[in-house]
Amino acid sequence: MDALLDVRGLSVDFHTPRGRVHALRDVDLRVPRGEVVGLVGESGCGKSTLISAVMRLLADNAEIRGGQVVFDGRDILKLSERELRRLRGERIAMVFQDPMTALNPVLPIATQAIDVQYRVRAGKTEKRRRAIAMLRRVGIPDPERRIDRYPHEFSGGMRQRICIALALIAGPDLLIADEPTTALDVTLEAQIIQLVRELKDEVRGSILFVSHHLGLVAELCDRVTVMYAGEVVETGTVHDVFHRPRHPYTQALLLCDPARIEAATRDLPTIEGEVPSLIRLPEGCVFRPRCPHAFERCLAPPPLYAAADREWDAGQGHAARCHLLDHG
Amino acid sequence: MSAPTSEPAFAAVAPPEESAFADALARVLRDPLGALGAALVLLFALSAALAPIIAPYDPNALDVPARLQGPSLAHLLGTDNLGRDVLSRVLYGGRIALGVALTAVGLSLIAGTVLGLIAGYGPRWLDNLLLLLFDSVRAFPVIMFALAVITVVGPSLETVILVVVVTTIPQYARIIRTQTLSLRHTEFILAERSLGAGAPRVLLVHILPNVIGPLLILASMEIPVVITVEAGLSFLGLGVRPPTPSWGNILNDGYAFIRNTPWLVIAAGIPLVLTTLGFTFLGETLRDVFDPRLRRD
Repeated sequence: MDALLDVRGLSVDFHTPRGRVHALRDVDLRVPRGEVVGLVGESGCGKSTLISAVMRLLADNAEIRGGQVVFDGRDILKLSERELRRLRGERIAMVFQDPMTALNPVLPIATQAIDVQYRVRAGKTEKRRRAIAMLRRVGIPDPERRIDRYPHEFSGGMRQRICIALALIAGPDLLIADEPTTALDVTLEAQIIQLVRELKDEVRGSILFVSHHLGLVAELCDRVTVMYAGEVVETGTVHDVFHRPRHPYTQALLLCDPARIEAATRDLPTIEGEVPSLIRLPEGCVFRPRCPHAFERCLAPPPLYAAADREWDAGQGHAARCHLLDHG
Repeated sequence: MSAPTSEPAFAAVAPPEESAFADALARVLRDPLGALGAALVLLFALSAALAPIIAPYDPNALDVPARLQGPSLAHLLGTDNLGRDVLSRVLYGGRIALGVALTAVGLSLIAGTVLGLIAGYGPRWLDNLLLLLFDSVRAFPVIMFALAVITVVGPSLETVILVVVVTTIPQYARIIRTQTLSLRHTEFILAERSLGAGAPRVLLVHILPNVIGPLLILASMEIPVVITVEAGLSFLGLGVRPPTPSWGNILNDGYAFIRNTPWLVIAAGIPLVLTTLGFTFLGETLRDVFDPRLRRD
């Protein structure tokens, strides 16, 4: 199967005064062409590190220890700065978490929207026209006039729409959305998700949707990858992962989703224990210290086991990093 | 019954277009000190620009028999010890002051901005190197530096400008560097980079407009300092060389005769004080206008 983005065995360390932080360990992530892939996990599990590595925008103290980030057949990690810049914006674009800080505060929207088209050979009027069309597409009312306003004159939801417009203006093949609705309230979240869903049908490209909101991922995505403490613990179609979660962490995460709790309760369920230190990792499986099913084998690190235990399930790529799946 | 048309309603809703510049100017002029400063600066700029037209005499024309005359209709501010018309010399001196101030501040503004952007956005070793350089320059006393350079190169207009530029670059560069450092990891810069912007584009299109404001205010407060430095060096005979008129060497010429003919010193001293005050008032008002924390309304 030909994937647009194929991250293979990616490991990233951060050098900190307290030691090496093993932020990503042997991470695999596939984004097939034309599909929407969700990337789920708690804060600090390495989602942002992973997408920063894909964009090669990692902080200065990061070190890529191994692996490949293959985009459309080429390893991004091996590209020169020049080739990389041609990729960013043109073929991969990104929408950030906080729309309040993702736009340059001192430039009007028009300047920024025209500036991002600097690769396009067209006059200013033409670029402006394209920018206005894109703003209208993402639902900015009266874009002809609004385009000359500054970012602070827009609300959070409108700004996120503008960020999406800026990201889509060059028609990228891959859109990476890094928790695009976390900074917004619930009503706006629904609107932005609705927008992404509409755009998904129009744009031929793929979307990598990063979120810690399980409900959104279930609604929006075709496939989902669950991360925990810098590792991929489970991956598969949304249907498989949400209906038959195989990794104890995914199961616990789904139990904790407030939207799925049926009985009225004042005590929301939580996962016992805490995320392990990424400097001194536990022996064997990373989830072992918190896992209710832990047994002796868990002292050895588990590989990703295929979870296709039913015939009609086969070929969907459902897999989990847990020894419980090893029936052979 | 007429069909409703949406266009007129639309036009009525449109807010008045007002530029940020006009708005800032209005706020500066509303402040009494700002208005006074702007008026003084305008007066100074006009008199310097129009000096060749409004000066009644050639500033260097000697008329020794008419030396050290008091103010009269022929010589509104009297004459100096060589019989030159003081008003003409003061007007031409203003040209020198303005020229030196604008050139020196402009050059160090540009150089400081470039160096500051490089220090703030470049690799850490380069930043450390540039910081060391800035700090060394700042640690050196300006007058000592000026004397040393003038001893080597000789006094001239260019030397004054060079000294001022070299000693003030670090002030601009440090401000730019700090702001660039704090901006380089903000999300919008990351967003621009994720859309493919390279370092020049990030620096010039996105960081520069964010950091230029405080710099322009610093520059406007720096102009009076440069004017005084030029006057001071010229007074000591280390700046503009006679007979070219500068407020500093007019003061120096008059200094010897201060007991009998004080108008010489007064004629060059008052414009110097007023210009310096004007730029200072204007600069302070600009700072207040652009810094929302200091806004009183």
